[in-house]
Amino acid sequence: MPVQVTGEVVSAKRIGAYTAMTVTAPGVPELARPGHFLAVQVGGPASSMLLRRAFALYDMSPRGVYGGTVQFVFAVSGRGTAWLAERRSGDRLDVVGPLGRPFRLPAHPVSATLVGGGYGSAPLLPLARVLRERGCRVSFVLGAGSVDRLFGHLDAKRMADTLAVTTDDGSAGERGRVSDVLPAVLERTDSDVVYACGPMAMLRAVSDIAAERGLPSQVAVEESMACGIGVCMTCVLPVVGDDGQTRMVRSCVEGPVFRGDRVRWDAVGTVPPDAVGAITAPGAHR
Amino acid sequence: MTRVDMTTRLAGVAFPNPVFTASGCAAAGQELHAFFDVASIGGVVTKSIMLAPRSGRATPRMAETPSGMINSIGLQGPGIDAFLERDLAWLEAQGARAVVSIAGGSLEEYALLAQKLRGRAGIAMVEVNISCPNVEDRGQVFACDPTASSNVVDAVRRNTSSGVPVFAKLSPDVTDITTIARACVAAGADGLSVINTLLGMVIDTTTMRPVLGGVTGGLSGPAIRPVAVRCVWQVHAALPDVPILGMGGIRTGLDALEFLLAGASAVSVGTTVFGDPSAPVRVLRELEQALADRGIDRLSDVVGLAHRPPAARVPEDADPLGDELVPAAAAQEAAP
Ligand SMILES: Cc1cc2nc3c(=O)[nH]c(=O)nc-3n(C[C@H](O)[C@H](O)[C@H](O)COP(=O)(O)O)c2cc1C
Ligand code: FES
Repeated sequence: MPVQVTGEVVSAKRIGAYTAMTVTAPGVPELARPGHFLAVQVGGPASSMLLRRAFALYDMSPRGVYGGTVQFVFAVSGRGTAWLAERRSGDRLDVVGPLGRPFRLPAHPVSATLVGGGYGSAPLLPLARVLRERGCRVSFVLGAGSVDRLFGHLDAKRMADTLAVTTDDGSAGERGRVSDVLPAVLERTDSDVVYACGPMAMLRAVSDIAAERGLPSQVAVEESMACGIGVCMTCVLPVVGDDGQTRMVRSCVEGPVFRGDRVRWDAVGTVPPDAVGAITAPGAHR
Repeated sequence: MTRVDMTTRLAGVAFPNPVFTASGCAAAGQELHAFFDVASIGGVVTKSIMLAPRSGRATPRMAETPSGMINSIGLQGPGIDAFLERDLAWLEAQGARAVVSIAGGSLEEYALLAQKLRGRAGIAMVEVNISCPNVEDRGQVFACDPTASSNVVDAVRRNTSSGVPVFAKLSPDVTDITTIARACVAAGADGLSVINTLLGMVIDTTTMRPVLGGVTGGLSGPAIRPVAVRCVWQVHAALPDVPILGMGGIRTGLDALEFLLAGASAVSVGTTVFGDPSAPVRVLRELEQALADRGIDRLSDVVGLAHRPPAARVPEDADPLGDELVPAAAAQEAAP
């Protein structure tokens, strides 16, 4: 169950194009698992920005000098994240978490490939740690537009058995996309499972590559969210259930981690006509 | 803090306090129960439910706007049968007071929904969302036409148990809200929920296309509060004996007090919950404090109080911050 707490900023570090922010959040790290996310209030209590910003957990430390802390990574992409980037240590932050469903972990020590795009690699680092503890082989494929938008490659290098890097402009690693190198990595590492987090187009490509090889994939999506706790229905995407039926499911409570083969990638952004309860009659309910 | 009697009555039904959730902003209460006890607030107004399961509209369904947001969810929901079995049963088990919101595309659908609710335990009230397009009338919104509105209310009232009040939820997007209010009451509405969202739109200046998948959507949050207060004021002035559940941008206890002063007997906290999931209990606490600060010991004493003639005595300024824009000297001069 998530909790709502007022935390204090411990540190805000610039890493390339991103900020990694550590916040005290009593009660949150104890419950948090890789893949969970936080919803952070922005702009202060009288702000004209009413909605929380959601961030995947990059680190959770139940015990430390500052008590329980959580860390998340973000890029400034609007007024809310711009405000957040200006917070300094000691500033207060209202945090709700942990939210969502975390990555499922394999029962046996398997070979796992973790694919991250941009700051989407943030939740993959704590995941890698847990997988290593379980005796898994961990391979990373990290990509971004350019080297300053690459995240976690230094951590990954330390932690992983293998690391492949791609950038669109060739400023680091191979020029190209993660999907260009992924098939060879899966082959070479004899991977049993694929985990991914990043932009939708990347998740779709990764899910397809895994599916072609009969490998299970777990992907963390990023949908726009108004509440993050399951009450508003803004964050939906079409997902096939165990019964074979497509439903518009909430990515904040039923996700953000989904089986890659269950997401109807071609229909994201729409309500496919075969979805349960798809609107067939005219009329535009608000 | 001296205890204030926070109980309120809506069409004969007693509630322990006047702070409710708003339809579509609390699902059916279960998710919010992680943040506060849903039985501790006045009532849980559930997401408008339709007869059949419904997937809603395409994404994006939401955009943040200054002090508000715009949404086009399209009434996604599991349909009435699953709702009764799962959601209403859960609310009843918690001891929460459920206000069930229903929505339909035709008179028949509204009537069938009311029949499904009839005789079910655990329903404190029925709220009728009439801001729905009428599929039998080229998608014209019921709430924008007095006859269509009264037909819906009549269909629901006739099919609802007599002890269960029926509230009609009004849209602000009309020329004269009191015309619709009167039509609903004449058709048997026991009270009115005021207001639903305002129709709005946001265009992305990068893609140069509408942001929402549904193109237009409903504007909510503090940005609409003055409109909502005005609507409550007008409806209460026109129909002083009809109970009002007021809503639109309530974020604090003082916001809630504003609605009570305008004539609401209870309030719903909607959009604010998205940013502050424990907002309903906070607003309740702040409202109680605000009443105590003003020396008021019964909530019902402030309902509609702003309508009293200007000459009447007002309490000492209990909220100096509220006059921040008035120079101190002028404020003193203006005091009675
Ligand atoms: C995301 C969202 C969904 C809503 N869904 C419904 C609904 O299903 N039925 C309804 O009557 N009103 C619905 N509303 C309107 C609210 O109940 C409320 O009337 C309106 O938002 C104004 O209050 P607020 O500013 O406190 O949110 C919805 C509002 C929002 C923001
Ligand atoms: S963000 Fe509100 S339901 Fe998912």
